[in-house]
Amino acid sequence: MQVFVDRFNYLFRSTKGLALVAIAMISLVTALWGMLSGPMVEFGITDVVVDLFGFQLVPAEREGRIIILYHVIANAVVAIEVYFITALVKMKKHEQSTINATVTFGYLIAMIFGLAFAYFGHNFVFHGLFIFGQSLLFFGGLLFAAALWPWRKEYRIEDTDYSRTRGGLDLERTAFFVMAVATLGSALFGAVTGSYWGNGHETFLAEDLIRNPHKTLLQKSIIGHLHIMLTLVAIALTLIIGKWYDFKGWFHKIAMPLMIFGTITISIGAWSVVWVEWAHTTIYVGSVFVMLAALFLVIFGWDKLIRERIAEQGIEKANFFQKLKALFHDPLKFGATWQMVFMNFTVSGVGIFMAVNLNEIFRVWPHREERIILTGHWHILSGIIATIILFYFADLAGLKGRLRQWFGWLVIIGSDLAFGAVTIFSMKRLFVTESAQQPLVNWTMLVADFGLALVLVVLAMFLLWRLFDLFKRNGRWKSELDETGYGEVQS
Amino acid sequence: MKRYHLIFIALFALLLFACAGPIEGDFPTFDTGIDPEGWALVPAGEFYMGQHEHETMVEYDYEIMVTHVTNTQFANYLNQAVEEGWVEVDGEEVVGYHPGDQYDGHKHEEEIPAGDYVHMNLEDPGLRIAFDGSAFVPMSGYENHPVVLVSWFGAKAYCEFYDSRLPTEVEWEKAARGTDLRPYPWGDEVTKEHANFYSSHDVFEKLAGSSDTTPVGFFNGQTYDGFITFDNASPYGVYDMAGNVWQWTGDDYEDQHYRYMRGGSKENYAYNLRVWTNNSAGPEFLSPNVGFRCLRTP
Repeated sequence: MQVFVDRFNYLFRSTKGLALVAIAMISLVTALWGMLSGPMVEFGITDVVVDLFGFQLVPAEREGRIIILYHVIANAVVAIEVYFITALVKMKKHEQSTINATVTFGYLIAMIFGLAFAYFGHNFVFHGLFIFGQSLLFFGGLLFAAALWPWRKEYRIEDTDYSRTRGGLDLERTAFFVMAVATLGSALFGAVTGSYWGNGHETFLAEDLIRNPHKTLLQKSIIGHLHIMLTLVAIALTLIIGKWYDFKGWFHKIAMPLMIFGTITISIGAWSVVWVEWAHTTIYVGSVFVMLAALFLVIFGWDKLIRERIAEQGIEKANFFQKLKALFHDPLKFGATWQMVFMNFTVSGVGIFMAVNLNEIFRVWPHREERIILTGHWHILSGIIATIILFYFADLAGLKGRLRQWFGWLVIIGSDLAFGAVTIFSMKRLFVTESAQQPLVNWTMLVADFGLALVLVVLAMFLLWRLFDLFKRNGRWKSELDETGYGEVQS
Repeated sequence: MKRYHLIFIALFALLLFACAGPIEGDFPTFDTGIDPEGWALVPAGEFYMGQHEHETMVEYDYEIMVTHVTNTQFANYLNQAVEEGWVEVDGEEVVGYHPGDQYDGHKHEEEIPAGDYVHMNLEDPGLRIAFDGSAFVPMSGYENHPVVLVSWFGAKAYCEFYDSRLPTEVEWEKAARGTDLRPYPWGDEVTKEHANFYSSHDVFEKLAGSSDTTPVGFFNGQTYDGFITFDNASPYGVYDMAGNVWQWTGDDYEDQHYRYMRGGSKENYAYNLRVWTNNSAGPEFLSPNVGFRCLRTP
């Protein structure tokens, strides 16, 4: 019995175990539900999977199913970030345990019953439990925000290397707190609209409404909600990676106020989409601050990676190539910030280019083309976020030596090939006409499929490694079991 | 080892360069038995419109073409219309006059003033109609395939030339769906035997290496050289209301310049073939995935 209790404690009470479970759950959902679309349809695999598992894919309910699927995955990602943050940011032990437990119950209940409701028949108890799970997650978020409250005396800092006010207020902690509060507010925009479902509000995907000149307030609320939630997930992850890098110094002192101001501005902008026409301007302003903060992290981080490796090698005066080699030495740490840079080419850059040329280029194309760009845009952003989480978790999981190199580089190469190819595919009308597009479509789809397959295979191997470890009496899990975090404050 | 590399590279190249153009050589031609000149009657009455099934009233009977307009029909029209001055050939384009749209000055709305607009680009490699400088003829084998690369202006002009018009979205959807809640014109499920959509592997797609149009009315329950089809007619006997090529509809909505298309196409996944799905583009948009059919009121 103790065998199971120990494993259960590891998987559901330790930070690494909780993150491992959530990553495994997302991977399982992605693997299985990924069989229902894209090339899997073409290969005929979808039909087999549908028959095998008894999926009920009612055509009129497709959009509703997809919305639940998105929520299920996003909830688990939010849970992973909460686990990381409760381990990285000082808080009381009982706060960490309560938050993690609440969030875990929340996302698991929402995932299991949400997917059951959406894909395996409409039992409305399942739907109720899906909502209940998300409510638990929200409640966990309230506890989380309370635990992050930065004005407590014990959380004031004196180290002047880190961003702080004269009174010692920890501005990095404040940035985490602001992000948590903004996430709770943004979740409400989805929840309130959801409560009108069947009572004046109808299910829709935002990309389908993009050209509609007259959207209802509830539709605008959802559009604001989905944009800001993904943005806040990215902001939270940037802060987590900052902790991982031990971000400090002048860049940190500038970056944290920018992150706080940017998070507040961008959230207000996304919320005000419901009421005002100029909301986008506010969002752009907020984005500039947040992206500048991320840029400072990247500059600091790359400099640090180079300096530390050069020092480790004992090189007194390194040349350019030695510095470059030093930067690439650790693909996990480098990958986390490189993906933030890469995001500018495939997400932010494309988004800005699209906004500037909307009427002249993109709105001349048919809606289905614009829709591909929009869905590609945020799928890529989600994918990049996922890879950064993987880099951080692989480090936590103790991946070292050659395995670390192989894992890191294959994920970087695979994901960047895939996301680059998808970007070119989605923007193909800039380069080729519809009648001449087939070679480009073949190329980009092949590269994208290859890149994604590479990442998924590497991830599967990584998870299998951790799964087999659980069967060992004294595996890694044993040593990780007692790890409770990085700096809990005793009450 | 090197030999395997070469084989891999050769297979890779074969896969990549298999692109779509007009199929040359032994092009399959099939008589579907469905008359493109036919019209189907849609009686007045209520129906359920859209994904969320809003009860919608159409207060008049109307007739809609049983199939898309074909290359033969459009080539014949062009010959006649050019002769009568309804449209003209201007360099590489067929152009015609449009009296302009009401402009409301809404955000993202583009003004469409009165003037000549492109109906068809004769140089596009995806076009299946040839022009030798004096006459238009459908390309061999593509005679009974839907005409493509016609702009909304061109589609509207064609219908008006024959005293008909483009269907509105409401009229189109009722003709496709009938009065029940079906998501596809023929019923509740879509299979590769029902329609021409992305990767549906019909005989033309297999030959072209990627999607190509199928003859109008092709999916009618016949078997063609071993390729089985199911009857995809709507409750009113209208064919191809899902797949093959999108169909322009006639609405000019307030506060926007977009024109809407229905039905999905050979380039779209099957979920785009649901009867309520639409697509939009400016009225000058030309695409090898867009055609049309007309409507008339008796």
